[in-house]
Amino acid sequence: MLPKAEIAHWLAASVALLLGLILLAEVIVGPEVFGRRRWRAYLWPFVALVGGLGLWVVAIFSTFSTMHLVAHAIWAESAMIAGAVQLAVVRGKLTSPRWSLVTAAALFISGAAFLVHEQNSWLFSRSAFLHHTIGWSLVVASLFPLGAALRPRRAVWSTGFALTFVMLAVMLYSDRDAAPIFGHFEGIVSRR
Amino acid sequence: MSSEIATSIRRRVTRRTRSDIRRQRRVVAVQLLGPLTIIAGLVWAIAQPYRIAFLHPEGKGVYDYLAQPPLLVVVVGLVFFFLVAPGLAEDLEKEGRAPES
Repeated sequence: MLPKAEIAHWLAASVALLLGLILLAEVIVGPEVFGRRRWRAYLWPFVALVGGLGLWVVAIFSTFSTMHLVAHAIWAESAMIAGAVQLAVVRGKLTSPRWSLVTAAALFISGAAFLVHEQNSWLFSRSAFLHHTIGWSLVVASLFPLGAALRPRRAVWSTGFALTFVMLAVMLYSDRDAAPIFGHFEGIVSRR
Repeated sequence: MSSEIATSIRRRVTRRTRSDIRRQRRVVAVQLLGPLTIIAGLVWAIAQPYRIAFLHPEGKGVYDYLAQPPLLVVVVGLVFFFLVAPGLAEDLEKEGRAPES
């Protein structure tokens, strides 16, 4: 039996929260101290690559809707490409700060995929509301790695990027398969 | 001797102390990230107990026990607190002990 979609979203939220905390810690201590232990420098590309693999698994099981299958495949590709580029940066194969543009593109495309595959309006349900909110948040958040590519080493870009994942986690944790935008159906459903 | 190098001892001590305070604040901030996340998960569990399958087992399946959002938040906080934060705090303090060039 396959789990409900909301359970996959909550697990994805946990990965996003962990990623957000790791990136916030890097902002607090600075990249020099953060990179002092090699395994720590590999954390963000590793989490992005594993998250991408998880999204592929979800895409494989999203056979109920072509739209969902394509959207999850796009998120998986975006996460894995951004993770792979970051891995090359950490290993020293890529040195230009302009490689942040790949992360910016990944966030922008992921946000667009959220917006395109949600066919209902903002206030239709909590799921629809969150799809629109997450989509626009990611589109706007793509400005942070864009800024890091054009004007590197400014704390505002790395702080914004880290907080993006914390916000994404909060929004994904709020997701329910069937619920009004605020409140919950549980009591009503159990009485029927 | 250049006046940029020959500063007074008091000035050097003050500068050192300020950088120590800044570093100490960073150590505290990194160490607080995990506990704050854990507290957020616990507050959420108290505010919405129906999201904990152990407390409301009616009609719940195996996946509901595996993924209980407030408990997932607590687990993420614990992972960060025990696996990531200690090394970061240690490296920051080591940096403080290193001789200034």
